[in-house]
Amino acid sequence: MCLSIPSEVIAVDAERQSVTVDTLGVRRDVSSHLISDPLAIGDYVLIHIGFVMNKIDRDDALNSLELYREIVEKMGGNPLN
Amino acid sequence: MLELKQLYQGFRDPTTILSLARDIARLADKLPAPLNVMEVCGGHTHTIMKYGLLELLPSNIEFIHGPGCPVCIMPKERIDQAAALASIDNVILVTLGDMIRVPGSHGSLASFRAKGCDIRPIYDPLDTLKIAKDNPKKTIVFFAIGFETSTPMTAVLLQQAERQGIKNLLFHINHVLVPPAIDAVMQDSQTRVNAFIGPAHVSVISGAKIYRSTVEKYATPVVVSGFEPVDVMESILRLVRQRIEGKAELEIQYTRAVSEAGNLAAQALVNQYFQTRMQFRWRGLGEISNSALALKDEFAHRDAERIFADRLPVKQIDDHKACQCGDILRGLAKPKDCKVFGRGCAPETPLGSCMVSSEGACNAYYRYQGIQKETVARS
Repeated sequence: MCLSIPSEVIAVDAERQSVTVDTLGVRRDVSSHLISDPLAIGDYVLIHIGFVMNKIDRDDALNSLELYREIVEKMGGNPLN
Repeated sequence: MLELKQLYQGFRDPTTILSLARDIARLADKLPAPLNVMEVCGGHTHTIMKYGLLELLPSNIEFIHGPGCPVCIMPKERIDQAAALASIDNVILVTLGDMIRVPGSHGSLASFRAKGCDIRPIYDPLDTLKIAKDNPKKTIVFFAIGFETSTPMTAVLLQQAERQGIKNLLFHINHVLVPPAIDAVMQDSQTRVNAFIGPAHVSVISGAKIYRSTVEKYATPVVVSGFEPVDVMESILRLVRQRIEGKAELEIQYTRAVSEAGNLAAQALVNQYFQTRMQFRWRGLGEISNSALALKDEFAHRDAERIFADRLPVKQIDDHKACQCGDILRGLAKPKDCKVFGRGCAPETPLGSCMVSSEGACNAYYRYQGIQKETVARS
């Protein structure tokens, strides 16, 4: 029950305190009661049992991916060799 | 521009996983002693088994599967209480996912449902509001489970019930806390744990700060880690580096959503409705002081445990003698050490709770044990 899922916000209903998210093609409405900062379309969020828990920091995710690219490069591209 | 697909694929990329594994293997030769990493949370156990990470690590690094699966740590007497509540006339018991299949001493909630009790599994706590509105003449009991991650969701449900004047919704609270469980593990004289990866989603809510005392009290490094395989491997690499440098620090690997302070709005909601429970018995770990939550006195009118106190069994029930869930949850045994693993105990017929949830250590071993994993030669 504890897996939290990254999803993209595709619609915001501020009045009902809910957002519609897309999780790799699956769309559903989830609660935004636990988020004090406003959510916008295009934000990436973590979902846990029907609630947005937090936003995902886009810059940080990109930095991590860049770091991993460097690690792979350092290892010669194919670590099995 | 980051796309959602990248968020998944980038953090599951096999080449990256293997590169990190090689980095870890290269550095592990310099470790002064074996690194025994407890992954506190069942979500991490699931990732470790699903992606074959066990096989990618050198022999002086070992995963010890911790007590952080809310379904696994639920003692039988609490399930018996849920079954007793569901057996009361005009009660609808609502709970999350896997909880319905965990064996109590008189059967699982699923077996009580088969006998005619109205028990409804849900995936979103707020669905309970609709059930309560649709059944005004019945009493709805939300059997609340989970660690720091799930507690704020129960708080929102209670808040909405109060605001919307929904009077027929009660709560049976089984919310538990990670830090006291870690203390119980570390204070066990038999423990071999000397490093932790902390579950990211717990710290999304509670902040990385909840592990400060672990790091200081036990001079043990903690890395708060995401759930993708690359996240877990990077966290292991960070722990190895700390050990080689003789450090014991708190690090956040999952900085894309976790901060030191956590989600303050969620913490405020939890503090508004809950207080620390003096004692709670954990399956496998036994009684741990101040390790769980209860509703505050001002919400006694919502507390099924108080309202139905005379109907709830309180006898403590130990596990089946052959079941080693307790030792597995304390990191003293592996699923394959258990005599009933895969024999009397399987996901369809679980004897112990570690086999019930997909995040339980036994379930994860059972599900993925046949997968062929690639191995990485030390460089």
